[in-house]
Amino acid sequence: MLDEVSLLVGGKAGEGVRSTGYIIGRILNRHGLNVFIRDDYQSLIQGGHNFSQIRSSSKETWSHYEKVDLIAALDQKTIDLHEKELVSNGRVLFDSEEVKYCGSGKALSIPLLKMVEEIKGLKIMRNSALIGVVAYLYGLDLTKVNAVLTKIYREKAPKNLALAKKGYEYAEKNFDRIGEIKRIDRLPKPLLTGNQAIALGAVKAGLKVYIAYPMTPSTSILHYLAGHQDKLGLTVVQPENEIAVIIMALGASYAGARSMVASSGGGFALMQEAISMSGMTEVPLVIVECQRGGPSTGVATYTSQADLKFVVNAGHGDFPKVVVAPGDTEEAFYKTAEALNLAWKYQIPVIVLSDKHLSESYKTTSIDENNVSKEEVKMANGGGGYKRYELTEDGISPLAFPGTPEAVIKVNSYEHNPSGYAIDEPELINKMQEKRLRKYAQIAADLRSRETVKIYGEKDADNLIVSWGSAKGAVLEAMKLLKRKFKFLHVIYPKPFPVWEVEKHLDKVKNVISVECNSTGQFASLLREETGFLVNKKILKYDSRPFDPEDLANRIERVLE
Amino acid sequence: MKLELDTPAEKTWCRGCGDFGILTAVKRAIQELVDSGETRHENIVIASGIGCHNKIVDYINVNSFDVLHGRVPPIISGMKIANPNLKVIGFAGDGDAYNEGISHLVYSAKRNIDITMIIHDNEVFALTTGQATATSSLGFSTKAMPKGNIEVPLNPIHLMLTSGATFVARGFSFDIKHLTSLIKEAVKHHGFSFIDVLQPCKTYHDTTQFLRERIYYLNEKGHDTKDFRAAWERADEKERIPIGIFYKIERKTFEDQLLKGKIPAYEKEIPSINHVIEEHI
Ligand SMILES: Cc1ncc(C[n+]2csc(CCOP(=O)(O)OP(=O)(O)O)c2C)c(N)n1
Ligand code: SF4
Ligand SMILES: [Mg+2]
Repeated sequence: MLDEVSLLVGGKAGEGVRSTGYIIGRILNRHGLNVFIRDDYQSLIQGGHNFSQIRSSSKETWSHYEKVDLIAALDQKTIDLHEKELVSNGRVLFDSEEVKYCGSGKALSIPLLKMVEEIKGLKIMRNSALIGVVAYLYGLDLTKVNAVLTKIYREKAPKNLALAKKGYEYAEKNFDRIGEIKRIDRLPKPLLTGNQAIALGAVKAGLKVYIAYPMTPSTSILHYLAGHQDKLGLTVVQPENEIAVIIMALGASYAGARSMVASSGGGFALMQEAISMSGMTEVPLVIVECQRGGPSTGVATYTSQADLKFVVNAGHGDFPKVVVAPGDTEEAFYKTAEALNLAWKYQIPVIVLSDKHLSESYKTTSIDENNVSKEEVKMANGGGGYKRYELTEDGISPLAFPGTPEAVIKVNSYEHNPSGYAIDEPELINKMQEKRLRKYAQIAADLRSRETVKIYGEKDADNLIVSWGSAKGAVLEAMKLLKRKFKFLHVIYPKPFPVWEVEKHLDKVKNVISVECNSTGQFASLLREETGFLVNKKILKYDSRPFDPEDLANRIERVLE
Repeated sequence: MKLELDTPAEKTWCRGCGDFGILTAVKRAIQELVDSGETRHENIVIASGIGCHNKIVDYINVNSFDVLHGRVPPIISGMKIANPNLKVIGFAGDGDAYNEGISHLVYSAKRNIDITMIIHDNEVFALTTGQATATSSLGFSTKAMPKGNIEVPLNPIHLMLTSGATFVARGFSFDIKHLTSLIKEAVKHHGFSFIDVLQPCKTYHDTTQFLRERIYYLNEKGHDTKDFRAAWERADEKERIPIGIFYKIERKTFEDQLLKGKIPAYEKEIPSINHVIEEHI
């Protein structure tokens, strides 16, 4: 019995590598296993080299692993590049008609193209035969393979089913199983990417308008919500540029619709003036920032955590704002919903900070829509005398939307008086500035009753790992591999920084190790700024690839030596 | 019923500024649009960019959004998408609309979203004390270009015609009666409507006399407002300056195609997502 499996599917762009990896993941997920899939693809449409790393286990699976026990190669490059990642008793599965390989005892050669010819299928369908072989190698049920293929290919399913069967039977006749995976009995759970979870979380908190301009790795939110707009009662718009995106969304919010936008670092940079305007005008908005390798155009289809300080400091001027950085798909769902609620409760911009690794990797996810709701906001009672920026004790002025009889709702990006008219007087400027900042105290108090950090590992360990965002997955997997005891503090809210939670954990330990995917230790620096605590053991990675758990475990060992 | 459209805000435009004429025309148009049942007071939203022109939002007692420099079209488009029952009217300077935010203007015309854009075209960045804009003439001398403007001016009517606008007009800020009727027509138009208002800036570019001598009413001379080519040619005239509606056609609007049912988005229920989650199992 196998406790877990790691495999890699590789080939050229356009050969269906990612969908093959995804289908294998879906099949494993159907068997009650937990699945994590990382897609590695380049910014091109055809050619190049793509691969999917799939990890599956009966236990919670937080990350892909570089080391794999099976490589499924659709082209030669996959073997040339990845053979070194194979475990000692690993195997290599390849299309005998396109790839040459003769690793003794490892080679599993299959005539995929010939199988396709036999049923007069298209070349891309060989992937289904390959899926059939993989199913046999790990002792998976062909009925579950068929169920997934039928769901995905619909009217094109019959040929794919026939090929899966051919692959399965060929493997049965010619190969030994790698092993059977230990299964668990559980209710079906969805296999979701971070971006899908972000989209669904927002919908459950009342999202009505989604506006975006394509930029990897945020584009899949746009595609997903546009594809589901009728089912989810949404309006989805793709305007001329990111400035139009955020301004339109603010217009929609002003008119009463919960709205959201997303981009990556470059597009987010273009939105700065409007983020500041959201703060000044007190028009709520959620902005999702999916980080990719930077600076500048950077590395479009790869990951990074190097926008943290930029995002925390987004927008010119002083105004209350929240930044939440989910660490996995489940948090992506719940925390995006929370982001929308906070934005509307406090009439502020809230930024959801993700990255390629979270946004585009798939993970078996437990979410319950009943655990999310649209939280109450302070609405005006209507009628005359309405003041959009009425001075209140908590700094929150009651909301009203245009169309409310007798209420005149004047919103202003210029400093304004409580009625919304432009002003320059120093005393009134102070009053209005202080009114807006009073909301910050409210937000910090509100966050004390929400989950702002998560603690994992051994409570009384001497060694504390601190991290944020998607690096969480590799840290949790690395902790499974490490012999020493560790406690792990994962910070979910970079702003307001949950000092009240974080400080509890910093001084009781011998070593504090920070883990993040950037080259300057931005999180460690933020921690210093917020708590005064100096982290002296930093583990950084900035090759635009996420941490591999084994490599991370080794690096943690090394910094402790 | 006479609407209370005045506000307590002090008027800070220069004496003789063309913006006063636009203000008067807009207030009259709003009164008449409400009187005729075209819309209700509470369903009107105005927005402005940044410049001298933007003070107009403080001078009219209706819902308003004073947005960033150049960003008027997207702010009112967002409102319209969220609540198609609103009548949204944007005011922008020439710097605002044709310099900083030109992409938004072009795209709003292209998508034929049902918004109205009124441009206070004084051929100058007035509030920043007089620099050349997209519509400043060749040779126009400013502190930023003491040797005179070396760029040819943009023709806003041509720009809007090629962008696909379905209502393209020009007004004059001191012909209040004519401007009032243009604004009413623009707001009533089902689709993107645009009025370039020739607005003398008393302080940095006083064209009052120049314009008074040359202006004539385009629509009194048998101009066919459905004829694109004729509109284009009339917009080329330089010796005499036509004001009125150059072009007006009907085309499906953006929101008619985008929105199902004309209800405000916030009134829609939160759907269950279970049927979508099912797709991922
Ligand atoms: C992003 C940005 N850039 C520059 C400015 C400075 N600014 C204020 S008003 C203005 C020009 C306004 O010109 P126009 O739009 O023609 O309006 P007018 O003052 O002529 O009415 C500029 C450049 C600004 N407010 N915002
Ligand atoms: S500077 Fe020009 S545009 Fe501005 S208020 Fe004075 S006259 Fe009007
Ligand atoms: Mg101007």
